[in-house]
Amino acid sequence: MAKDLTSELKFRDPAKARALAEAMQRNLDAIGREVSVMHVCGSHEQAIARFGLRAVLPAQLKLIMGPGCPVCVTDGPEVDEAVALAGMGVHVCTYGDMLRLPGTSRSLADAQGDGGKVHVVYSIDQAVDLARAHPAEQVVFFASGFETTAVATAAAALAGPPANFSILSVHKYVPAAMDLVAESKETKIEGFIAAGHAAIITGWGIFEPFAKKTNTPVVVAGFEPLDVLASIVKLTDLIRERKAEVFNAYPRCVTREGSQPAQRVLWKVFEARSGTWRGIAAVPKGNLDLRPELAHLDARKRFQIDTASVRDDAATGLEAECICGAIMMGLASPNHGPLFGKACVPESPVGACMVSSEGTCRIWHTYGGAPDLRGVGGPAGPAGAAGAAGAAGAEGAR
Amino acid sequence: MEKPVQKIGLKHGSGGRAMRQLIEEVFLELASPVDGIGLAALDDGAALRIGDQWLVITTDSHVVHPLFFPGGDIGRISVSGTVNDLAMMGATEPLGLTCAVIIEDGFPRADLERVRDSMKAAALEAGAPFVTGDTKVVGRGECDGLFINTTGVGLTRRVVSDAGLRAGDLLIITGHIGDHGMAIMSKRHDLGLQGDLRSDVGPINGLIRAALAAGGDEVVAMKDPTRGGVAGSLHEMAAKGKVGILIDEQAVPVRDEVRAAGDMLGIDPLLVANEGKAVIGVRAAAAERVLAALRAHPLGRDAAIFARALAERPGAVILDTGLGKRLLAEPEGELLPRIC
Repeated sequence: MAKDLTSELKFRDPAKARALAEAMQRNLDAIGREVSVMHVCGSHEQAIARFGLRAVLPAQLKLIMGPGCPVCVTDGPEVDEAVALAGMGVHVCTYGDMLRLPGTSRSLADAQGDGGKVHVVYSIDQAVDLARAHPAEQVVFFASGFETTAVATAAAALAGPPANFSILSVHKYVPAAMDLVAESKETKIEGFIAAGHAAIITGWGIFEPFAKKTNTPVVVAGFEPLDVLASIVKLTDLIRERKAEVFNAYPRCVTREGSQPAQRVLWKVFEARSGTWRGIAAVPKGNLDLRPELAHLDARKRFQIDTASVRDDAATGLEAECICGAIMMGLASPNHGPLFGKACVPESPVGACMVSSEGTCRIWHTYGGAPDLRGVGGPAGPAGAAGAAGAAGAEGAR
Repeated sequence: MEKPVQKIGLKHGSGGRAMRQLIEEVFLELASPVDGIGLAALDDGAALRIGDQWLVITTDSHVVHPLFFPGGDIGRISVSGTVNDLAMMGATEPLGLTCAVIIEDGFPRADLERVRDSMKAAALEAGAPFVTGDTKVVGRGECDGLFINTTGVGLTRRVVSDAGLRAGDLLIITGHIGDHGMAIMSKRHDLGLQGDLRSDVGPINGLIRAALAAGGDEVVAMKDPTRGGVAGSLHEMAAKGKVGILIDEQAVPVRDEVRAAGDMLGIDPLLVANEGKAVIGVRAAAAERVLAALRAHPLGRDAAIFARALAERPGAVILDTGLGKRLLAEPEGELLPRIC
């Protein structure tokens, strides 16, 4: 079997993975108690779940996904606004992940089913193109995602979109949520893994005041499995040494300063304001809203959005059992909830975390759930399955 | 608990959990006790005792879209699918095949003859004679071009079920996985990769004969990983054999172009259909012998030992990625309808 690209070999080397797992174990032995660390990115969870990395972590180490899915934290009333706009006959353009995200009672997919002009787009540029093609009709871009995606929205806003185009921003700002989780008394997170792609824009320096204020180390990590494992080793180094520092474990992409032009564009268009994140709470400076200077592009200013008709604050039976909020705060895992994989599946999701491909529940479901597989069938890596396959099945017969 | 669905969806034909549930809820009513393996076993086919031999019977309807795809067509699938199902139960020398066609009004005769020619060629490769058939034509829009059903019968002295695994057994895959499903998907989605992607569709009864000759009674379970892919087959084998199965992902043969298409579409080749492969469970002591016999056959050159059965976690399929371990989900949704 030919082995793909050199880069993949470099970042998917089982021998290196074993060495990193051993280094982690030494750190945890030295610390001598249970430690919880959190990452805040769906792409990290995908790598962790896809490659089964939790099976090689030390037993005393808990690796938790926090509020790292922008779709999941978009609040119900925010979806209601988009649904109401679609009901007003406005074209609503959205990323595909948001289509089935429930509002307080309805989703954009429901609105589409009722004849609403809802379009799935892959970039804001497609929404702008649609507006240019239909100058007599109003086109709203339902702008979702973290600061990385917000830069693309900002760039389009500054590029002079047509007059019939506007933006309904539900962009979120990750560093704000990290503050909230770090200050929570329930979670007891001792270290954070920060998302490498967001840090390409913000720079790793942005986490220094955070680390100092919360006395919590932060490691900026890439997305290959070895990136993730190496970043956890570094994080446990810092925890063991009691150093609340920021370490850049993704230097091939991330600098201390980040992309200055991207930051300028971002803050020229957006300002961070308090907002409610679904299932979590009000997050101070957690929402990216359009600045007053860009009111002419702000769908909330352009339209009288009346969400009363699409809003229903009384949760139905199933939703009451959904534990998405606790999952996003890092207080629970998907399989702690009664609905996971049963009443709540990707085809008919109950909670936001099963809707988005970045959601913890969706990722765990895709990759088989995550019961503890440590020790099953011998050690992980070729010494496990293949090694024993070569040496007949003595171990398996045990 | 989930309530029974009131309308059949495409997922009920995808070879995964939803399909199994539908069959159990609706069609198991038809099962009655037989001397051998009957409907209740939900195996690749049935095996009925006749004297000191077993008559193996299997039937398969083919609705693949498009009818012609890189590496094959509906005619080749209709023969291979049935011949391979017979072989999976140990009957590697088919006695006869039936051919029932449902043709849509307006279907080009030239296409029908082209399909006939590939049925003829595949039947010749398999050594399987066509012995009877049926022809129906329906109105426009009442079927999509052409549907073909074939039934096959064969005799064997020893039936291999898909439930025979026990802890310690090793599993062999007879070659590269995912070729068929990825070729169809690439053609349908117009990925532009189709030049490199070809279906593996073809009869493999000769290959299986070689494996059985080498392994004898130590070949304990077989399954052809069609809809639901290797993952679906392993889930069935794990559940029926009451064992866990641990896959060594790095040992699974996957062509680079299949892996690339899978990455592009976000689809794991382990979940993708094959039409010319088998998963063979063997006692560990016979594994190298069976592997050598497979590799000596032109259709088995890339065969590999890729998994083993465990006493732990009965019913679970575990993937060792080389970097860690996780459960391999059972295919359930409509990954791609009308794959065969």
